Amino acid sequence: MVQKIDMRSTLLSLTILLVGVLIWHAATHVPDTGPTGVELSQAEMDTLLGKNMLPEDIEYYAAQGVEFAQLEQIASLNLSRSMIEAAGGIQALGISAPDENSAPAPGSLFPSPTQIGKELWATIADPFYVAGTNDMGFGIQMGYSLLRVLIGYSLSAAVAIPLGFLIGMSPMFYKALDPFIQVLKPISPLAWMPIALFTIGDSELSSIFVIFICSLWPMLTNTAFGVANVRSDWVNVARTHELSTTKTALTVILPAAAPTIITGMRISIGIAWLVIVAAEMLVGGTGIGYVVWNEWNGLRLDRMIVAILLIGVVGMLLDAAFARLQRAVAYAE
Amino acid sequence: MTHFKDPFNPNIDVWNECGEASESPADPYAGLSKEDADALKLRAKQSLNAEVGMARALESSVMQGLFKTDISRRAFLRSAGVTGALAAVSTVFPLTSLQAMAEEAMKNLEKTKLTLGFVPITCATPIIGGHALGFYQRYGLDVDIVKTAGWAVSRDKCLNGEYDGSHLLFPMPMAMSLGIGSIAQPWKVVSNVNTNGQAIVLANKHRDNQDPKNWKGFKFAVPFEYSMHNLLLRNYVADAGLDPDRDIQIRVVPPPEMVANLRSENVDGYLAPDPFCQRAVYDQVGFIHKLTLDLWKQHPCCVFGLSEKFITENPNTTMALTTSILEATASAETSEGRVAFAESMAPANYLNQPVEILKQILTGVFPDGQGNIKNVPDRISFMPLPTQTMGTWVLSQLRRWNYIDADTDYATLAEELVMTTTTRERMRAMMAADPNLTFSDAEQDVYAPVDIQGREFAPAAAQQFIDSQPFSRTVG
Repeated sequence: MVQKIDMRSTLLSLTILLVGVLIWHAATHVPDTGPTGVELSQAEMDTLLGKNMLPEDIEYYAAQGVEFAQLEQIASLNLSRSMIEAAGGIQALGISAPDENSAPAPGSLFPSPTQIGKELWATIADPFYVAGTNDMGFGIQMGYSLLRVLIGYSLSAAVAIPLGFLIGMSPMFYKALDPFIQVLKPISPLAWMPIALFTIGDSELSSIFVIFICSLWPMLTNTAFGVANVRSDWVNVARTHELSTTKTALTVILPAAAPTIITGMRISIGIAWLVIVAAEMLVGGTGIGYVVWNEWNGLRLDRMIVAILLIGVVGMLLDAAFARLQRAVAYAE
Repeated sequence: MTHFKDPFNPNIDVWNECGEASESPADPYAGLSKEDADALKLRAKQSLNAEVGMARALESSVMQGLFKTDISRRAFLRSAGVTGALAAVSTVFPLTSLQAMAEEAMKNLEKTKLTLGFVPITCATPIIGGHALGFYQRYGLDVDIVKTAGWAVSRDKCLNGEYDGSHLLFPMPMAMSLGIGSIAQPWKVVSNVNTNGQAIVLANKHRDNQDPKNWKGFKFAVPFEYSMHNLLLRNYVADAGLDPDRDIQIRVVPPPEMVANLRSENVDGYLAPDPFCQRAVYDQVGFIHKLTLDLWKQHPCCVFGLSEKFITENPNTTMALTTSILEATASAETSEGRVAFAESMAPANYLNQPVEILKQILTGVFPDGQGNIKNVPDRISFMPLPTQTMGTWVLSQLRRWNYIDADTDYATLAEELVMTTTTRERMRAMMAADPNLTFSDAEQDVYAPVDIQGREFAPAAAQQFIDSQPFSRTVG
């Protein structure tokens, strides 16, 4: 029975994907016809020749599909063919004022699935190239991002979990710190960034700080909640055994609260991964967030979407790792 | 490296390529006294050292200034002898001290590994192309250029000391020095990396509405508050009778987002740097309404800035770095240079843009998005000398719109912030050292009044000028 459901769900997933891609393909497909030649009348030819345009150039331009009006302009500006070539070629100059009938310009449409597929393959095939400070393979950039996340997140866990314990075990602390947590928790990473840049004065440390501050809250609140809600009979048993507070915390409360703490850590890693992309988009330099910004800055939507897909995959893997950890500490009452 | 032609060798032609003077013998040292031949051989050996090359080029231009032709130079050397001539010429012209200066600077670079910031726009052509085409290496500098996501981050990284120098907007070093919009830290405008190079772009639906008088309610985007873009746009609409603070909305938007916003009609237009003006045409979402050079010919735009601290701590590195940037700027101005720079900047490491857009911008042959092809060779221009007039105009306009909140002595302040004299000296020395380098702006009067949108602006009368302008926020 379970197997049957699994098979059906897989089938449904694939169908949804296929239908989605087909619709996407139909919406973005532009048939590649190449330039369509333009026929010039004798009168038009004579006009151009009268403006000292060379006959072979006229033929070449017309074959490239440049309209007469533009040829006339080129002739009256005294632009030689070599000047046109220096300016990037006749095709690029042939872009006229758009009207309803004009074909979409290259790059002005949402990329088609084939384009994305091509870029995705190119990216995966060569993940570790270095073509300069501002252009490295996605493997290297992903490494930068993961490293920042790892540092910021570890620091965050090192602060949040002990602090969460303290808050969870002491109602007085809980009440005292609660207002601060409530105010700081909803602040966006994008708001922290400029403040961090200004005060820390180092963009690398600022990125790490922003990850730290944003992944702090879920771990802190979850740990506190888990510790505070450990079944009181267990704590009472520990008391009757005259265990010290530290021993109680480590042998009774920690294992009991572990699933809740890990849940907090799982939420935090997701947030850290969200934050790093935003932080790197803002600061630039290195990392997968910078890649997204760089491709967007060049208005290369296809490569930007590839970067986004990869961010999604890595985020999913991080989440899956914590899901395993969650299963490892789960217990049945 | 080409074979070194010693201007002190009487046997060879140095300047004329056509060999109009008498034949050069196969052995360049034929018929010379041993002492002279040894002196020349030593000089040839030294010249293989790149550090000496600069000084040798300088000598060559001095000799050319003295003798004009190879014929008279060779005649003089034959009669005076090489060692004698060396001594004689150095009394006329302190060659040795100049050589020593250049060589010392190259020898004693305080810092060779440098990090410069740039924002990916064509204004930074000399800084980017300088890296791609190897201008920095010539002066023994190992420069890393880092792409920066926006002007605010650029500013922060400059103030943090993460960048040794940076591509900045002309008003930024002034704002940074005065501490408006940031903590105060003295920065200098070293040279212009470009002039012109901006445009006003409007969404396609406004093709029949190109009179700024009718733009009430328009939403415009500019890349940064302390920018020429903002100041020029405000000036433009104010002259048309619109109050830029009340009748239109000016938003600060990163340039790549401008194209997307124009497509979705969130903004009606923008005054932005290229490539994002031509990009709007390429993507068929907007058209070029006006190039900013039609508002002010050779207006400043972006600069290369260094902090005062860097300049005082690293005088030799500053000299080498400025020289390489100036050289790249001069090279970008030439017509061959324009194509080479455009091609070098297209990869993802630099501008990450289609090469034909960059070529259209740099050569000035472009479609304007209204069905016309234009030919404007100085659409973007590379005139490195920052003038006091430019500095004064910017400062006084910052005052006009109340970014600076007290009337100041603009002229004196501009003197302090813009390194006109230093840059000009550098340019002259470079022209003396390399006859191929021409800086057409090196000899202009830096206090000359300029014509901005049909009104004459004289730096001496800056305060009266802004007081007489419409919508001035200087009063009250």
